Amino acid sequence: MKFGVVVFPGSNCDYDAYYVLKKVFNVQVEYIWHKETKLRRFDVIILPGGFSYGDYLRAGAVAKFSPVMKEVIQFAKNGGSVLGICNGFQILVEADLLPGALITNNHLQFRCQDVFLKVKNTESRFTKNYNKEDVLKIPIAHHSGNYFAEEHILKELEDEDRIAFQYCNSKGEVCDEANPNGSKLNIAGILNKEKNVLGMMPHPERAAEELLGSEHGLELFKSLIG
Amino acid sequence: MKNEPKVDFNLAKEHGLNEEEWEKIKKILGRTPNFTELGVFSVMWSEHCSYKNSIAELKKLPRDGENLLVKAGEENAGLIDIGDGLAIAFKIESHNHPSAVEPFQGAATGVGGILRDIFTMGARPIASLNSLRFGPLDIPRNRYLLDEVVKGIAHYGNCMGVPTVAGEVYFDECYTGNPLVNAMTIGIVDHNRVKSAISEGEGNIVMVVGSSTGRDGIHGATFASEELSEESENRRSNVQVGDPFTEKLLLEATLELARKEYIIGIQDMGAAGIACSTSEMSDKGNSGMLLDLGKVPMREAGMTPYEILLSESQERMLVIVRNGFEEEVKNIFKKWDLNCVKVGTVTNKKSLDYYMNGKKYGSIPAYDLVLGGGAPVYFRETKEPEYFKETRSFDFSKVPEPEDYNEVLLKLMSSPNIASKRYIYQQYDQSVRTNTVIGPGASSAVIRIKGTNKAIASKTDGNGRYVYLNPYKGAAIAVAESARNVVCSGAKPIAITNCLNFGNPYDPEVYYQFQEAIRGIGDACRKFKTPVTGGNVSFYNESEKGAIFPTPVIGMLGLIDDVSHITNSYFKNDGDFIMMLGTSKGELGGSEYMKVIHNQVVGDSPSIDLSFEKRVQKACLKAIRKGYVTSAIDVSDGGLAVALAEACIGNPEKNFGASVFLSRKLRDDELFFGESQSIILITINESKLLEMEKIASKFIVPCVTIGKVKDDGILKINNEIKINVKDIEKAYYSAIPNAMDPEK
Repeated sequence: MKFGVVVFPGSNCDYDAYYVLKKVFNVQVEYIWHKETKLRRFDVIILPGGFSYGDYLRAGAVAKFSPVMKEVIQFAKNGGSVLGICNGFQILVEADLLPGALITNNHLQFRCQDVFLKVKNTESRFTKNYNKEDVLKIPIAHHSGNYFAEEHILKELEDEDRIAFQYCNSKGEVCDEANPNGSKLNIAGILNKEKNVLGMMPHPERAAEELLGSEHGLELFKSLIG
Repeated sequence: MKNEPKVDFNLAKEHGLNEEEWEKIKKILGRTPNFTELGVFSVMWSEHCSYKNSIAELKKLPRDGENLLVKAGEENAGLIDIGDGLAIAFKIESHNHPSAVEPFQGAATGVGGILRDIFTMGARPIASLNSLRFGPLDIPRNRYLLDEVVKGIAHYGNCMGVPTVAGEVYFDECYTGNPLVNAMTIGIVDHNRVKSAISEGEGNIVMVVGSSTGRDGIHGATFASEELSEESENRRSNVQVGDPFTEKLLLEATLELARKEYIIGIQDMGAAGIACSTSEMSDKGNSGMLLDLGKVPMREAGMTPYEILLSESQERMLVIVRNGFEEEVKNIFKKWDLNCVKVGTVTNKKSLDYYMNGKKYGSIPAYDLVLGGGAPVYFRETKEPEYFKETRSFDFSKVPEPEDYNEVLLKLMSSPNIASKRYIYQQYDQSVRTNTVIGPGASSAVIRIKGTNKAIASKTDGNGRYVYLNPYKGAAIAVAESARNVVCSGAKPIAITNCLNFGNPYDPEVYYQFQEAIRGIGDACRKFKTPVTGGNVSFYNESEKGAIFPTPVIGMLGLIDDVSHITNSYFKNDGDFIMMLGTSKGELGGSEYMKVIHNQVVGDSPSIDLSFEKRVQKACLKAIRKGYVTSAIDVSDGGLAVALAEACIGNPEKNFGASVFLSRKLRDDELFFGESQSIILITINESKLLEMEKIASKFIVPCVTIGKVKDDGILKINNEIKINVKDIEKAYYSAIPNAMDPEK
């Protein structure tokens, strides 16, 4: 089992993902430089959080043109597992590996806080270790995490069981009060059609040690490691 | 140059130099300086760079300590050994004036500047804090300043991937027109990878790396060295513009570079840009430089040597490379797509020789430009402030006692000074780098140190009201309180950095405040054995209404030997005993109660007995390390009642109540809201009562049980206070959001 963590200029959660895999799980993990044009062999590729290329245009919009993304897209098309966290989710959407858009939070502010998540899909390779009734406490930290998609896409996501996580309250109720950014259907994470690509705004790598307040992100990595 | 203005005393005066300084420059050079040289002298001898009105006082601060690897003033930041071959670099700096006129960029570049101070030493920034002061939020301009300053800090810090973990925000009329924005960063470095800001070795190479140089921020240092006025708005062009994305690349490239033994020295470019970095590095290495300014990457055409030297364009570093390793350095910066250009060589002449397009534009001895060298040192006149007569003659017995204490407590909890700052800190990334054990909203932040079983705790403190009423005691309290805060988290205080925000030093009353505050900080730091590792002085914090409250801000660093000692400030278990370490004297001088309920800043600041304070802290830390303490919170703004209320609502999992009885030797308002120092409230399980009392008696500290934690959601204190904690919670969390959105 080998993980690759892509490093774009401006990535800043690359080390956090690397650290969890290396120090908490002790699995093989390597960085992938954004200028690389030929991928080594990986089982899972992580697009980490951060501000790739400064995100001065639109979050993730420039990153999709970086040399490595051609390879990542091919890797995903071949069925490889791709996990995009925060900025990584934004990049996956920009790169059309996932549908919809991540627009500015409805309150127009950057927001960092613990949120509660309901695991909607417990069948995918990313979420199979979770149970349907699980309520996860995981932090968010973003300015543009407001998931938007047209009605027919939302319906498709629901019908095909592609909504991985939804923002909820501590009791697991998916409600407006628990929505930290205005996302449609309280969406916090979605899967592609083939369910080998997951994009999510919350940071599971920040919820992987008891000392830091939550271990609820652990099972996501465990699901992948098997 | 043909269009350069004629250099005479009038021009020097426009550059902020006085006659004495003008004569001194002519004597140093043996001639009249040319325009470029005048520009360099003016910024290097500005208050901001030379500390000319403060250095004589600053030298009185304790700068020695057992864990100190680099002392104040020796490098860009102090360096403290924390064992395991690791060291912590940390420093606080002000960006007040830029933030007053251009709050977003002013605050953003303040963060950028302090981050560079840390990583220029080879240290990886692991946490940032900030200390902010604004005028009251009912004035729209103050709301605008708060919003923009916070957005600026968030913009820069979040993009850099450095968590913002703690700080404080205070509001008072005196800060209207002159907000304070102090930014602090903590970095970590292996002992053997520390880089110095030195230039030496004839023939070695001088390189400029990072962003291109533009005309932004020219004379920023001079701007920071004068009072704000109506005209200050025109100074917007003096404010630098930040690009955190470039800085993130510069950070990674610099840390890669810092591992290389062929790097002689690195210094970031902050105030006074190339002029400052070249002179300080050269003086430190007792060497000189021959600089070809035309080689500096520029973002605007037609820049003059004067502009290139004085530009404060952000995200730049000066790097001294051993001769022969130029290409290696270029390759590192090429990888990160950053500029990296040789602009000169190190000489053994001890002077800075500026050239451009083959023409010489100046030659100045490095020594004469810098702090500790030829820069002026002034001893200013002091005078005890007149206002003391009035504030200290106040008779507290005439204060009417409130009728409804529940209402008073709710009012205090919703005073923006006490109320939750969640509106602010939730805009900062608090958890990136996965080290944040305790984030904002607690006694102090706690950051674990990966690869060890240790953690560090940090907090900033500085109550301007106390210092205004009594500069000596107020400043000593700032140190004591910050130490108490880290102790409550389970840490031993080990060192401080400070940011001294004051008015115009030429006003003898202001200088009295400054001198007395330094004395207070010095005495407190000697007592706690927390040396001053560095910091920053910001004078001229005045607006049209006069000087701000003297506001020394202390950034405390504490060390936690074992992460199992980390302690929170909120109640955890039904039935825990609440104990008070220390004794309340019910002092109301300068209290939040007097300000909020009676609208007065009067009396003397609370008293402080540093020996007693130290014993209280030691007793608390001992009990924490023994594992007896389930929570610890210090009593500060708002007094005992506010501390208890905060402990009731702080737990993110659930609220608790408490039933408390305080013996009544004082008036109720003094008892509940007095801000006497050296008090910590701890909670313990009943089974540890005896052991706790033993510890307290060993350290000769009063320790009494004042009540119990209850699961009933009611805070009850004597017969006067009985409130549902839900109401406290609502007041506490909604105050600032409501104040920021008055139309809602």
